[in-house]
Amino acid sequence: MKKHFKLIDLDCANCAAKMEDAINKLDGVNSAKVNFMTQKMTIDADDARFDAIMQEVVSACHKIEPDCVIEL
Amino acid sequence: MSKKQKKMLTRILAATALLILVKLLPTIWLSSALPLISVSHISADGTPAFCLARWVLFLIPYGIIGWDVLWRAIRNIFNGQVFDENFLMAIATVGAFATSEYQEAVFVMLFYQVGELFQSYAVGKSRQSIAALMDIRPDTANLEQEDGSLEEVDPEDVEVNSIIVVKPGERIPLDGTVVEGSSVLDTAALTGESLPRDVTVGDSVLSGCVNTTGMLRIRVTTPCEESTVSKILELVENASEKKSTSEQFITRFARYYTPCVVLAAAALFLLPSLGLWFLNPAALPGFLAGTVWTDWLHRALIFLVISCPCALVISVPLSFFGGIGGASKCGILVKGSDYLEMLAQTETVVFDKTGTLTEGFFTVTDILPQNGFTQESLLSCAAQAERWSDHPISQSLRRACPDSSEGHLVEEVQELAGHGVQATVDGRRVLVGNGRLMAQAGIVLPYTDTFPGGTVVHVAVDGTYAGSIVVSDKLKPGAADALAALKASGVKKTVMLTGDRQEAAELAARTLGVDEFHAELLPGDKVEQLELLLSQISGQGKLAFVGDGINDAPVLSRADIGIAMGAMGSDAAIEAADIVLMDDQPGKIADAMRISRKTLRIVRQNIVFALGVKGLVLLLGAMGLANMWMAVFADVGVAVLAILNATRCLKVDRPSRAEESLREL
Repeated sequence: MKKHFKLIDLDCANCAAKMEDAINKLDGVNSAKVNFMTQKMTIDADDARFDAIMQEVVSACHKIEPDCVIEL
Repeated sequence: MSKKQKKMLTRILAATALLILVKLLPTIWLSSALPLISVSHISADGTPAFCLARWVLFLIPYGIIGWDVLWRAIRNIFNGQVFDENFLMAIATVGAFATSEYQEAVFVMLFYQVGELFQSYAVGKSRQSIAALMDIRPDTANLEQEDGSLEEVDPEDVEVNSIIVVKPGERIPLDGTVVEGSSVLDTAALTGESLPRDVTVGDSVLSGCVNTTGMLRIRVTTPCEESTVSKILELVENASEKKSTSEQFITRFARYYTPCVVLAAAALFLLPSLGLWFLNPAALPGFLAGTVWTDWLHRALIFLVISCPCALVISVPLSFFGGIGGASKCGILVKGSDYLEMLAQTETVVFDKTGTLTEGFFTVTDILPQNGFTQESLLSCAAQAERWSDHPISQSLRRACPDSSEGHLVEEVQELAGHGVQATVDGRRVLVGNGRLMAQAGIVLPYTDTFPGGTVVHVAVDGTYAGSIVVSDKLKPGAADALAALKASGVKKTVMLTGDRQEAAELAARTLGVDEFHAELLPGDKVEQLELLLSQISGQGKLAFVGDGINDAPVLSRADIGIAMGAMGSDAAIEAADIVLMDDQPGKIADAMRISRKTLRIVRQNIVFALGVKGLVLLLGAMGLANMWMAVFADVGVAVLAILNATRCLKVDRPSRAEESLREL
């Protein structure tokens, strides 16, 4: 399942790249894109565990850029 | 400015005011010694006196401006993110405090925050302007209710087959068919060219066009997500996700750059300090002589300030995003940063002929009457006979003779496949077709010349040869100029591929000035030809194929860059191509290449400039010639300049259009 999310207060391009890296390393994530320019995130992950994976995504992003909020 | 940015601005102003105040404040004398925060003096009369240590005062503006950086640095360390910019700035400024350079510490932090604020403002601004550029999707649609009244709704809520009303001056929110009214549409948002298009009942209209003159009632044919305008926006927005090689290089570079600089900073501090500690002062090497360990700490701190790669990481994608946005303004949709990058390296451009370099439909180019017929009577006869035929040539005859359907009696129409048409027009027996048809009817042709540029239609009336009509697929008006422009912008070879006859292809090739052409190709042959051309280009060069996207999908996808033109409303073309030209002007290819070149130039400028300044300041810093100011400039100053430079990508100058209008004058 592929879903788009809005990112609020994503201020640093380098952090966006780091977030993308971190999300891609999560178990169950097929591919993730963090687009700094459009402040959007696209996540393609296993259907069955999507919500659980999103929890992990949120905490991974929080570790890198605590000010950035993912609009679920 | 966002709320966050405003807050930051207030903090910056407050800290600046306090800093000036602290600078101007006279020494504050204390009545007695206080631990840590007092400094003892011996006044002129020999009695001891105490004054407030200056760092206490400087700590106030420092705290105001830098608390969040310090807080984030600590928090991120606990989260396992060690080398982020907050940490680096915190270390650098705390270090400056530790080496008694209070003023510098506050200034560095202040500058850093000003730079960050400016950076976020500039990025936000350019993001907005790109978004505004793409603001071609209306927010509301006038949905007609059952009782005939109108209701403003979100286009996403409009169902297929419902009726929407678009007033003059409004943008069409959804794709559909006109059921009532007629008007002129401005397609500029989709094509970049404000060519007016007439629409009336039964015509299909595309979302994104502006309705200029009359009110239209439209039956919606596609849901909002699948409408033309939504597709275009999605394509352009997602384009920046396909990373260009320069972008990948920068991200990879950034990953190694920061740790390397931090390690270098550590070495710069530790090695000389150990040297100073252990070596005999008399035996110190030249560069260590006369230095103390705090000097080296200071130099190491300068390194840390420069070690953030943000300027690069931000400016490269921003440039590409700007370039893609600017191109979409001209009706050129680029599906990824990588294609924009490749376009600049295009060495060979391969064109499909029909529909790309030519109009894609036949027109009458020559009428050669014989035996007492006039041009009008010949054409009229032929058009009458071909009245009910759907053949492209018949259509071209009817187009050339629009009054063909009135006042004439056409009977006994017989279509002879591969030959032509036989009919009785106003009682006269008319034959319209090729040489074979004439031969069958026993009519001797007075000449055997073939017309290289087109197809010859012979006409005979009551057994007498009446003359011939030449129909051909006309070249697009701008095609020759477009090819010349491509050559001028550095394309080494232009090639034309066509399924057309050798002679027709040769004439077109000569008129257009293409370097090479291959005629009489079947669709499969085109792929083969392309493979051959691909093997001929040099290492870095790229090959672009330009087609109309209708039956050349395999060729489009095989080429390095597939360009589909005339794609307004054609989903297949948008799917198959890497670059989509919304209208059918071949001149847009040169425009796209110019945008691509400009974008790459700006990207290169930014990379060289940012790395150059950083490298220089690192070098000067290591030699003890740089101060914190230069370091802060090399960090945020460079970032801001790079961002400002990147926003230039958005501006698209279009000399080709200007030249055209000059020529028209």
